[in-house]
Amino acid sequence: MATGTTVERDTLRRERIFGAIQRRGALAVLVAIVVVAGLTLDLFLTPRNIEDVLLHASFVGLISVGMTFVIITGGIDLSVGSLVALGGVLAGLSVGISWPLGLLFPTLACGLYGFLNGLLIAKAKLPAFIVTLAGLLGIRGLALVLSGTLTIPIPGPPAFVWFGRGEIFGLDVPIVVMFGAFAVGALVLNRSRYGEAVFAVGGSEEAARLAGVRVDRVKIIAYTTSGALAGLAGALVAAWLSAGQPTVGQAWELYAIASVVLGGTLLTGGAGTMLGSLVGVLLFYTIQNVINQVGTLTSYTQQLVTGIFLIVVVAAQTYLTRQRTY
Amino acid sequence: MSEQDNILEVRGVTKGFPGVLALDDVSFGLGTGEVHALVGENGAGKSTLIKIVTGVHRPDEGEIFFAGERVSFSSPREAQEAGISTIYQDTNLISLRSVAQNIFLGREPRNRFGLTDKARMKREAEELLGRYGIEADVTVPVRSLGVGVQQMVAVAKAVSLDARVVIMDEPTSSLEAREVETLFGVIRQLREDGVGVLYVSHRLEELYEICERVIVMRDGKVVHTGDLEELPRLELIATMLGREAPEIEERTTSSARENATGELVLEARGLTTHHAPRDVSIEVHAGEVVGLSGLLGSGRTETAKAMFGARHLDSGSVSVDGEEVDPGSPAQAIKSGLAFVPEDRKAEGIIPELSVRENIVAAALPRLSRAGFVSKKEQDELVERFMDRLGIKASGPDQPAGELSGGNQQKVMLARWLCLEPKVLLLDEPTQGIDVGAKAEVQRLISELAQDGLGVVMIDSEPEEIVEGSDRVVVLRDGGVAGMLSGEELTEQNLVRMIAGSESSEPQNNEEDADG
Amino acid sequence: MARPTTADAGPGGYAILVRLRNNGVYVALALLVLFNLFFTTNFATAGTILGLLSQATFVLLVALGLTLVIGTGGIDLSVGAIMAIASAVVPLYLGYSWPVAVIVALIFCVLAGMLNGFLVAYVGMQPIVATLALFVGGRGFAQVLVNGQLQTISDPGFLALWRATVFGVPMPVVVAAVAALLVGLLARQTTFGRYVLAVGGNRTASYLSGHPVRVVLLAVYAISGLLAGLAGILATARLAAGDPATIGLLIELDAIAAVVIGGTPLSGGRMNVGGTVAGAILMLVISATFVMNNINPIYAQILKAAIIVLAVYIQQGRRGS
Repeated sequence: MATGTTVERDTLRRERIFGAIQRRGALAVLVAIVVVAGLTLDLFLTPRNIEDVLLHASFVGLISVGMTFVIITGGIDLSVGSLVALGGVLAGLSVGISWPLGLLFPTLACGLYGFLNGLLIAKAKLPAFIVTLAGLLGIRGLALVLSGTLTIPIPGPPAFVWFGRGEIFGLDVPIVVMFGAFAVGALVLNRSRYGEAVFAVGGSEEAARLAGVRVDRVKIIAYTTSGALAGLAGALVAAWLSAGQPTVGQAWELYAIASVVLGGTLLTGGAGTMLGSLVGVLLFYTIQNVINQVGTLTSYTQQLVTGIFLIVVVAAQTYLTRQRTY
Repeated sequence: MSEQDNILEVRGVTKGFPGVLALDDVSFGLGTGEVHALVGENGAGKSTLIKIVTGVHRPDEGEIFFAGERVSFSSPREAQEAGISTIYQDTNLISLRSVAQNIFLGREPRNRFGLTDKARMKREAEELLGRYGIEADVTVPVRSLGVGVQQMVAVAKAVSLDARVVIMDEPTSSLEAREVETLFGVIRQLREDGVGVLYVSHRLEELYEICERVIVMRDGKVVHTGDLEELPRLELIATMLGREAPEIEERTTSSARENATGELVLEARGLTTHHAPRDVSIEVHAGEVVGLSGLLGSGRTETAKAMFGARHLDSGSVSVDGEEVDPGSPAQAIKSGLAFVPEDRKAEGIIPELSVRENIVAAALPRLSRAGFVSKKEQDELVERFMDRLGIKASGPDQPAGELSGGNQQKVMLARWLCLEPKVLLLDEPTQGIDVGAKAEVQRLISELAQDGLGVVMIDSEPEEIVEGSDRVVVLRDGGVAGMLSGEELTEQNLVRMIAGSESSEPQNNEEDADG
Repeated sequence: MARPTTADAGPGGYAILVRLRNNGVYVALALLVLFNLFFTTNFATAGTILGLLSQATFVLLVALGLTLVIGTGGIDLSVGAIMAIASAVVPLYLGYSWPVAVIVALIFCVLAGMLNGFLVAYVGMQPIVATLALFVGGRGFAQVLVNGQLQTISDPGFLALWRATVFGVPMPVVVAAVAALLVGLLARQTTFGRYVLAVGGNRTASYLSGHPVRVVLLAVYAISGLLAGLAGILATARLAAGDPATIGLLIELDAIAAVVIGGTPLSGGRMNVGGTVAGAILMLVISATFVMNNINPIYAQILKAAIIVLAVYIQQGRRGS
């Protein structure tokens, strides 16, 4: 097939290599860590530990699904951490009325807030960073106000608590929900018209608009989804803790962003994969787990090492995939 | 041809924007199976007309008829769904997505589960491209394909939408000769299928080859419609510019200029970067204008940037006035006396939020600073002098530069570099995107600067302009030097031949002239 | 279409809108202060006002550094963590003498800032991600330095940084005022300030004009680190303890809000240092208004969030079709 001059063939080849690094880099690192840790740490590959990692990862993982959509459209959602807290509080307040409400109400309410985000960002054309930053502040405040800054205990009903503590085929429910969300997310992103539209909007809004894509609608749906998933995550956290805590979720939006970026999604939008984000989340929490296991390191060192790790992985990705502009 | 046959009919359309009347009572008709040329200088109203027809803007007055019915599109999507397809100059493909994904954007085929059918997308995309003789991998991101291929994909995409009217805006700007022929084949097929084609281009030879009728616009009005074969080229240009034919005649022959016998002021040797330039050497003397010509992608801008230190050199050297320039960065090049005016004012030149004043002194800041502080007095003096000399029109030196017109922005760019009193000026498409009047001013200025002893390297895509404005022209192809033209050999015809790289690369003297 | 300027604002309503956009923060601050002067008991005393200004210095110092960073089109999420680093380092070196402790702490912070700058300028990472990494790891680093322990401080020289007054004006206010003046000068009158605006306004144009783009980027993050360190030192003096667990927590939010409300766009290319100062003070006065009138201060947080959105909306100007 003719791809023109040597210039073009070189570009094509480089494109392929960089794409591969972008997409598979995190997976390679994850596999490496799992192998090394599995060989050197006795307790690492036990079912108990694996489930532990997955459980801790499941909440941020759920958020990361929505974050992936938002970031691919070229935006960002900093309000999801606070929405998790709000979700938990709303669950605590509504579960008494009827237990399904404990799941539905947070999801719908936070989804509605996400819709509002989408309106401000798509229609009023306000910068996503600021709008969702304001959300981070305001929603946390709302959660604190609604709960009176106290933790709302949720002793039951057992049907609700099952969503946080129960098991499906031996796996904790939140883990199954996370995988389910990623599966659906991947399907929508890769095999639906909406997914194509998401990539188009992130790649070039103008070109997408001219091609007839309803850019505003695509963005609004992305933010609504992000909010709804955060609300659901909040409800699941509440079920798991048996309490609606207004202080959960601090910095979770940043963990979600880190996971998505680690997974190879471009912060500038237009490219990314659900699988990558899943790998990113698993990688993030696996590192935490390994550090924990090594034992001698305190939780502070965990944070430090996580930070260093983030730098190294993303720096490598950035450096290798950087287009030589000047 | 009766009005009944017109697939697209525009009647009395007027459109104004704050401060300018873009379209003034414009009427024309596009017949089924007809290829209609739309010509006019920049600012004549061509793109506004297209935007009105495709639903980007609504007309203030007038009506549009499509397939006999009155229409009023409120978005490009509506126009597209109705059957009017447009190919823009900036291909408007999404570079990170594949050919197949771009072609089917918004209407991806689905399988029985409602999921996008990727296999079918790939197959149908390949079929579509194959039908028009385009070879490309439909699954890779579009940005990894050549510019020419990207353009062809854009054409294929537009055509695949079952359009009854196809509007093409400068479709050949990035195409090689072979691809242009492919495009014309597509257009002929469209004509046979009864599709009306509106063809906008500056390349008059192409118009005469493929179009039957022409509409000429100037200052928002239609100044001529009719069959193309009844309008000789010279008259066409004259109508576009509103000038008399004899004036044009004068312009197309090389203007004489005092010979450049000055010292060697710039010597670039063996410039090589990973794909362009490839072992390019150029010499410029004081008072000389050296044109740098070639197709898009031939490496002209890359060569200029490499000379300026804005592009990493794998090998080669640049010397100004005999002294070698440290190739590390533009800052070093500037110190040695080089100046570079980039092609894309918006992306690489003008800092929009900063004032005209701040934009002009942007490169001169090291010279204007005393102990890290900017000397206001010297700054203002410099700015006033150059705004005057170049005739920059703005509400004042404090106006944000982003608000100026294209021509004035270009003057600001020139001022930025001229205030450094450089020895060599590298210009990348200095007359691009500015109106006729400003163009002439800039060309005259370049000539003056050369007279004053500056060495100039000028990149220009218009063969006419570069032939007229240069003492010598270096032609690049595929990153390397294809040849050079000077003196009597420097004619538009020879230049175009050398660029195209046709049978003989030897420049030919015009037979007719030799006899005449 | 370019933003409308006062140059093309006609008389009447539109002109008011444009002026509001450019100066809204001052108006808001003035109105709120007036409100408090009349309705809030004890507000109109020198003690209250000076006390409020003192409390505003942390956000202000951090926001000043952020103004420069944002001017280049970047962001710095690590400022709170850098404050924590300062707070951890100071107690470790007080044994030598408090000036040494302060200088060493500031050096640590500048180095942290330079790490940010290096990642952004030389590695090419996006500022969000680079500073996010320091946000996650920086506080951890600070904790590791002191083994997670809170260190009480009794060195009178050091504590004087918070408690001393200069002609009746608290030292932190003086420090912040001097910093604001210097940053303002830097932004408006120096070559460096022009470089910052150019890098943020059009990085390629800046590069092609011979500006030292990478050095500029490195420098703004270093300065941001320095000012965050200064804020951390003052906060530590106020607390009379080195506490990397709590010092600077969540300050990036208030600081970014102050910068944005003050009229500096997140996209870079323009800086409004005066606006940042007003914005930082405004943020604090809002909280104070609620607290001093016995209303739940959490509502203040919600109000701040709404104001941020409003401020950005006004700055955007009316976007027609």
